[in-house]
Amino acid sequence: MTGLSTPTPAASAAARVRALVDGRRRFIPVAVSGLVLVLLFAVGSVRYTGFAEPQVMLNLLVNNSFLIVLAVGVTFVILAGGIDLSTGSVLALSAMICAWLLREGWPPLLVIPVALLAGAAIGFLQGCIIHFYGVQPFIATLGGMFFARGLCYLISTESIPITDPLFGTLAQARVPLPGGTSLSLGAVVALAAAGAAAFVLHRTRFGRSVYAVGGSESSAMLMGLPVGRVKIGVYTVSGFCAALGGVLYTLYIASGNSLHGLGMELDAIAAVVIGGTLLTGGFGYVLGSVVGVLTLGTIQTILVFEGTLSSWWTRIVAGVLLLVFILLQRALAPRTVK
Amino acid sequence: MAAQTRRLAWPLLVLVGLLAANAVATPGFFAVTVKGGRLYGSLVDILHFGAPLLLIALGMTVVIALRGIDLSVGAVVAVSGAVACEIIVAAGDPSSPGAVAGAVAAALALSALLGLWNGFLAAVLRIQPIVATLILMVAGRGLAQLITDGQITTVTSEPYRGIAAGSLAAVPYTVLMAAVTVLVMWVALRRTALGLFVEAVGGNAEAARLAGIRATGLSVAAYAVCGLCAGLAGIVISANTGSADGNNAGLWIELDAILAVVIGGTLLTGGRFSIAGTVLGAVIVQTLSTTVYTMGVPPESALVFKAVVVFVVCLLQSPRFRAQVAAPFRRGGPPAPAGGAGGPAPEEEDGTMPTATGDGRPDPREVRR
Amino acid sequence: METAAGPAVQMSGIVKDFPGVRALDGAGLHLEPGEVHALLGENGAGKSTLIKVLTGVHRPDAGSIEVGGRPVAVDGPQDAERHGIATVYQEVNLCPNLSVAENVLLGREPRGRFGISPRRMNRRAAELASGMGLDLDVTRALGEYPIAVQQLVAILRAVDLDARVLVLDEPTSSLDRDEVRILFGLVERLRSRGVAILFVTHFLDQVYELCGRMTVLRNGRPVGTFTTDELDQRGLVGLMLGEQAGELDRVEGRAHEGAPPPDEPPLLHARGLGREGGVAPYDLDVAPGQIVGLAGLLGSGRTEAVRLLFGADRPDSGSLEVDGRLVSLRTPRAPIAAGLAYCSEDRKAEGLVADLSVADNLLLAMQAARGWMRPMPRKARAELVERYISALRVRTASPDTPVGALSGGNQQKVLLGRWLIMRPRLLILDEPTRGIDVGAKAEVQRLVAAEAEEGTAVLFVSSELEEVLRLSHRVVVLRDRRVVSALDNDGGLDVDGVLAEIAEGGAR
Repeated sequence: MTGLSTPTPAASAAARVRALVDGRRRFIPVAVSGLVLVLLFAVGSVRYTGFAEPQVMLNLLVNNSFLIVLAVGVTFVILAGGIDLSTGSVLALSAMICAWLLREGWPPLLVIPVALLAGAAIGFLQGCIIHFYGVQPFIATLGGMFFARGLCYLISTESIPITDPLFGTLAQARVPLPGGTSLSLGAVVALAAAGAAAFVLHRTRFGRSVYAVGGSESSAMLMGLPVGRVKIGVYTVSGFCAALGGVLYTLYIASGNSLHGLGMELDAIAAVVIGGTLLTGGFGYVLGSVVGVLTLGTIQTILVFEGTLSSWWTRIVAGVLLLVFILLQRALAPRTVK
Repeated sequence: MAAQTRRLAWPLLVLVGLLAANAVATPGFFAVTVKGGRLYGSLVDILHFGAPLLLIALGMTVVIALRGIDLSVGAVVAVSGAVACEIIVAAGDPSSPGAVAGAVAAALALSALLGLWNGFLAAVLRIQPIVATLILMVAGRGLAQLITDGQITTVTSEPYRGIAAGSLAAVPYTVLMAAVTVLVMWVALRRTALGLFVEAVGGNAEAARLAGIRATGLSVAAYAVCGLCAGLAGIVISANTGSADGNNAGLWIELDAILAVVIGGTLLTGGRFSIAGTVLGAVIVQTLSTTVYTMGVPPESALVFKAVVVFVVCLLQSPRFRAQVAAPFRRGGPPAPAGGAGGPAPEEEDGTMPTATGDGRPDPREVRR
Repeated sequence: METAAGPAVQMSGIVKDFPGVRALDGAGLHLEPGEVHALLGENGAGKSTLIKVLTGVHRPDAGSIEVGGRPVAVDGPQDAERHGIATVYQEVNLCPNLSVAENVLLGREPRGRFGISPRRMNRRAAELASGMGLDLDVTRALGEYPIAVQQLVAILRAVDLDARVLVLDEPTSSLDRDEVRILFGLVERLRSRGVAILFVTHFLDQVYELCGRMTVLRNGRPVGTFTTDELDQRGLVGLMLGEQAGELDRVEGRAHEGAPPPDEPPLLHARGLGREGGVAPYDLDVAPGQIVGLAGLLGSGRTEAVRLLFGADRPDSGSLEVDGRLVSLRTPRAPIAAGLAYCSEDRKAEGLVADLSVADNLLLAMQAARGWMRPMPRKARAELVERYISALRVRTASPDTPVGALSGGNQQKVLLGRWLIMRPRLLILDEPTRGIDVGAKAEVQRLVAAEAEEGTAVLFVSSELEEVLRLSHRVVVLRDRRVVSALDNDGGLDVDGVLAEIAEGGAR
């Protein structure tokens, strides 16, 4: 028996790992996401010269600012146990509204709030249909996706260029950072949105209720939480974020086009899942979603540097990552106790 | 049978309305002519261009009846077309029927395999179907582009183009293919016990298991069939254009297919399904698109129509909504009891419904609360 | 805590109707501050409904509720909490993904300068826990703790609400002995603080250990309130189960004269079948033509025991032989092939497919056994359905009516018919007469007896001892999730004898 009482070094190391993991299970997926991002980046840095430049990293934020905002909004919905397929279309609608109203001569400072409001309103309506009529989120937001995209086409089937000087200035604005690097305004807004979302999710009752509803809707109801308000709220937040993403997109691309953001809802959902958020709700972090977007961005950057590999590998790798995270979360899921 | 007919009444009415609107707006809408041994006309177009959608909707019907869903069919369409086209292009003689047959067989086999993969994730590993099939939805188009090397592969193969362009006794092959698939599905589901098993598992999986039905195997098979149907649709779509477009082939067709199934009266919550309903649903969705074309409305606004249809159908399927709409018509009647958020349904001990003394018939006293 | 004058809760004359059934008929409850009060009754007695009326989930159709001497109308669980009534449900109604601290304080989180302050929240929850003598890491996710701890956390939440009344709805049904101990310690602490505790359970030992008084319900009506000193376990079981004699037109006397000859080889031969958390390993033999009744209170492991035999749940241990051949219990398919049939207690969830027609439901098992390739010919199908509908006297408009539209008794007959069509060699029936009207009940009993006459072995679970005694050759008694005895029903056995086993069997 004495042999058993002194653990071998390996055993004690395993025990230490277990002690580290114990009680922190919910951080594992997001930690894995971070690890994947770091690994990808390390591979890129080793393989390609000029990859590890600070500005290359910052450009990940710059080039994906709208997707970050989209993913942040979708994170709310997924945390609450829902799904939102309308974000790509709402992004396009918001961009379209901006371009159209600017062409009609509206002042830019009015145009942006209108676009944001339109997005939030679509989200709100979807939330109402889901909550009050018990329509599956998947189907309701599918309808919203058609609806928003259709509205884009009704506004114009042509691409509308944006020539407004203020938009031009905003698009050109760079926030200088040490080392001669800089961030675009869009990237700053995206980071601010992520920060605000993290604050709301962790420091407000609404945010905690989002997690509670995602964990168990019936429990949340019995605990006296306003489940209906939370459900409608998350879709409104997601609609708002998609619209904000649309505004950032117009800054990035300087036009409104009905074809903007095609399939971007899938990228956003993929980023959220790759960021370690459980698609069934209740577990996950906004930080993870940002990491997820950056992971997708890094893959794209690697493909650009590689040159010979083509862009479709992004989707394949994204699919594989999705699979890995879904399986990982299945393995980690607390066994359902009957 | 009476119930079946009643369930189809609404979609049938919608279809008649759509066709009538067309007839008014476009003179000669119903005209069908024969040119070069093949039927032409708006109605033929609807069936011809609606064939891929119908094929996919048929597979989707079974998956949905089993409480699943398959988001990856659009991606499978792209993969299937890509595989077929690449094989034909690589063949020594692209116009040899043998090469085309081989290419089609390979594409279909791969599609079925992709369906099996979905089934494995959803039914064996028990990952939520939306999540499980999302993986292939995301990765599938990448796969298709990988196969075509990112190009739009065009084939100049007469037999292959013939799959879409050819006709038998003036009826386009595509329409025949869809009709044969409908027939095969109907025979497989309604002339064997499979349909009963599907409805039993979809209606009450635990009861079906305890009655000795293999629910898991059934679900895996359903996803495989759905993949196969999508593969076939992919061939038709790619043959129609004579090319494989990894990016755009079958884009959003999964959503149209789900819509067609739902319009056809198969509930997303599983259980009873209707093949006739799905056929009707697919024709309605396609008619909607065609209507928009022939009426000269910007084709893109079809999306808004579609959105409206989705919402209307969903709301009509929502018990709460129906109760609200019906309430004013029931003179002096009480508001119908609303489920869901209105509060937990009355449950007796251990969750069984209270039938301790009565025999489950509604007590007239209870209605007036 | 102030000592409120008068009762903590006084409910009287409560009536609650559900469609087709009166769940509560004049039920009442009187809770004193600082007492642990048991609420007892069999399935369908109305315990849950009474609790749900108290906690505002259901509105009563008649009757009054007073809390702390003031009449109140409780409108929903939140309103109940405002009145100082907190509930801990059997299925923990907390969020497993949130931390323990959040689950305790959700909706009342302490705030700091930047919104909710996790630090303060954790501190407050930790204080509450240690105040109750619990050593918990409140920052951990609730789901990482076993059910027992989750129950305790649910109670902590109630403590933080400053509840004057705590309802514990079967909190111990999934706990082991040590966990029950800890729970009881916590309950005792709360009681000594003057909290009135309503304890609902099926474990009578626990009632006598923890409670001072108990209220018994039967069929929605109050049977009475007693102190644990004035009523012993056996008397209590008698009150809970009640007299059911005379209620039915009787199956001719006793269905059988004693057990079949003992030298006949058993058809079913189970050894050491058991499942963790379900039922302790048990042995069982059933001979052809023999009817074995399983008796015991709800939660005694009756249902769990028969489910193992059919492969409805996978056993952890033991084996099953039918006719000397080993039967795999991974799924129900092998048992079905071996001639077993099982009618679940929960018709709606586990028996019938409500949307499908009567005919489809009747033929489901037979079709499953034939395989999908061999659908029943239309004519044979119609004949078989016709025959069983009339033999079982199923009242349905047509064989194509969805089975969900039928009454409870007729649904039960359809489920029974599904298996009788299979000509099973062993019929397992779980509460086949529950929730159906008196006429249907007698018919079902007659059918069971007739089946056995023809050589079918029958194993049936019932809460009604009269029924068990009238029908069975042998009575197997379960208690606390184990088989405690097997009694021959040879004329010397009566309700009192079985009651004694249910109440005290295996305790010695």
